[in-house]
Amino acid sequence: MLKISSAPHIHTTKTVPDIMKDVVIALLPAGLAAIVFFGLSALLIIITSVASCVLFEYFFGKYVFKTGNSTTDYSAIITGLLLAYNLPSNFPLFFVLIGSFVAIVVTKMCYGGLGKNIFNPALVGRVFLFISFPVAMSRWPQPYFLDFFNMDAQTAATPLGILKHIDASTSATSLTTSASDLPEYWQMFVGYTGGSLGEVSSVALLLGFIYMLYRKVIRWHIPFYYIGTVFILTGITWLITKDVRYEPITHILSGGLMLGAIFMATDYTTSPMSLNGKIFFAICCGVLTVVIRLFSGYPEGVSFAILIMNAFVPLIDRFFVPHHYGAKK
Amino acid sequence: MPKINTFPLGGIHIAKEKLTALSPIMDAGVPEYVYIPIKQHIGSPAKILVNKGDKVKIGTLLADADGICSADIHSSVAGEVVAIEPTEGADGYYENMITIKTAPDEYEPDIDTRTEIIRDIPEREVIIHKILHSGIVGLGGAGFPTPIKINIPQNKKVKCLIINGIECEPYLTADERLMAEKAEEIIIGAKILNKALGIQNAIIALDQNKPEVIEIMEKISKVYVGVNVKICATKYPQGGEKQLIKAITGKEVPSGKLPMDVGCIVQNAATAFAVYEAVQKNKPLYERIITISGDECRHPANYRVRIGTPAEYLIEKSGGISPQVTQIIYGGPMMGASIVNIKAPVNKLIGGILLLSDQKAQKLPMGNCIRCGKCADSCPMGLQPYLIGKFVQNNLIEATKSCYAMDCIECGCCAYVCPSSIPLLDYCKIAKAELKRKN
Repeated sequence: MLKISSAPHIHTTKTVPDIMKDVVIALLPAGLAAIVFFGLSALLIIITSVASCVLFEYFFGKYVFKTGNSTTDYSAIITGLLLAYNLPSNFPLFFVLIGSFVAIVVTKMCYGGLGKNIFNPALVGRVFLFISFPVAMSRWPQPYFLDFFNMDAQTAATPLGILKHIDASTSATSLTTSASDLPEYWQMFVGYTGGSLGEVSSVALLLGFIYMLYRKVIRWHIPFYYIGTVFILTGITWLITKDVRYEPITHILSGGLMLGAIFMATDYTTSPMSLNGKIFFAICCGVLTVVIRLFSGYPEGVSFAILIMNAFVPLIDRFFVPHHYGAKK
Repeated sequence: MPKINTFPLGGIHIAKEKLTALSPIMDAGVPEYVYIPIKQHIGSPAKILVNKGDKVKIGTLLADADGICSADIHSSVAGEVVAIEPTEGADGYYENMITIKTAPDEYEPDIDTRTEIIRDIPEREVIIHKILHSGIVGLGGAGFPTPIKINIPQNKKVKCLIINGIECEPYLTADERLMAEKAEEIIIGAKILNKALGIQNAIIALDQNKPEVIEIMEKISKVYVGVNVKICATKYPQGGEKQLIKAITGKEVPSGKLPMDVGCIVQNAATAFAVYEAVQKNKPLYERIITISGDECRHPANYRVRIGTPAEYLIEKSGGISPQVTQIIYGGPMMGASIVNIKAPVNKLIGGILLLSDQKAQKLPMGNCIRCGKCADSCPMGLQPYLIGKFVQNNLIEATKSCYAMDCIECGCCAYVCPSSIPLLDYCKIAKAELKRKN
């Protein structure tokens, strides 16, 4: 008996789960770096976050939304990893569950599941936790190289936190820091610095980026233009003011910029479709990040910048239509 | 290293699977019965001129072009007309066919069956007359009658003839073998078309992955003034008419216009060969080269096949249907049609018959669009297939006009790359059909 189907009869073998698996693999180096620098507590947070995301997706898909089992596409694992990477290693595990719930159920499944959410689920989860538990979300443990059982590490400031509180002109307050507190570039590059689990190690994130480029999961444009915009804007400010607070290399190596630019701004669902749209989106994310970092009360602005730009994606898609063959000039 | 031409927008790289690239063309022979459809072209069916019981020879005119975009139909065998009735076609629909019980080969008297190459090109009027009465249609698959294509309106000016020897579909090698074995005939065919069009130059466009053909063509084209070989990158759909024009001339055919509006005429290599045979040998189009291939084909081969031969006959010749075969396709795997009735005949437009296994021709269940944008990135026309798909899903057919659904060339790149297995090409086809119906 012959089967009948419409053309094309052959298809790519790269399906959604394959793409998602590639992203998970690309995220692993950053997770490894987190375990190296923050020990078992980091591993606990990662496990809690991933497991809760997958379980929420499974149970809500099965019993609440009745959309079937959608955990097989691996996207819940990515959300879980990204959420964990956005948390400090001493974050209470119960709060992680709340973040997972907000990310998976509220941000993704309520909108119709994979591909239909407007905002990046992990980022919404992170921002929800950040606003709800500001103290827990801004205590960053000191990194310890390969000291797995150090569960009650001292807290340390993040490089961006240090930059935010450098105050050259006025008298010292308890918060005031100085440029000498800043870690060396190499420390920020490998991740030997305070910060969220997955964001500290730029080299691990770049490894993941190279892997995703090699596997053609994403194109290079969004991370390049996003990080490039931040570098140029802070660089110009730094050249004009000669103020260490605007030092561009510290800005691109620290905070969530690499993690956000490589893994969150490139999320298929919440980024524009066309190449020009992607570039515009990335530049806007960069500008917003710099504005928030330099002029707002928060030391870090990557998550807010990406979420704000997520809201503009439908509009960007309408404006940046790809060149159409034979278009009237 | 010569310059490699290609089109800038979209396109995909797919496994070529050209199993038969080195298999010489073999004669398929004559089956007991042939079934000749009276519509093997776009446009209206031809008008039947024979009656049941008539004796016909090879090349006898069976049906005359009648109406818009119609073409003559000739007998591919000698024998007796035993039936003229609606017969089940490959797609399961009934269409009018002339059934001929075959007898030993006997040619119409003016057909030249010798193998020598005739190089002297006749006068333009003779060429036009012969092409008009030889039933030639575009053999690339669209089936547009060649006499109409080379009849350029007064207000249009054609500067360039492109002979399309790309054959970018996986598996198919019919044109490739024809070009390797009949290179000079194809070039003479191009010169004949040149004369019919009143221009001097022809470009033979070849795919980078056919080194044998490139070598032969480059050697022979040096002898003929105005014939140039251009090499194109191996990318699907490089053989699409609009993509080829962009690659060779750098011009884009404006939306809704024809290639002649940018001064180009594209003819398939097999069509150029048919033109040579019609003009120099008085042979109407009654046979063509067909590739039998596929991952479950026991003996892949290239055959010279009489039009009207049942597919079953050819499949038996290449080893029959193995139990793993789940789909049989007329044409290539990207744009071809899967067939239900293997007793149905092949016509002028079929370049290949593919026997595919379930693994190869697999359709996975459709998932959510994850907005990866791969469909838009791969579209060689620069369309946004995901958007057309969304509009069609929501029955907003009018809106698809504003995203140029009518410009879709139905190459299937979008549906090929979709990681969620969304049948994007089907949505585009629905949009096109609905828009045509409304206007």
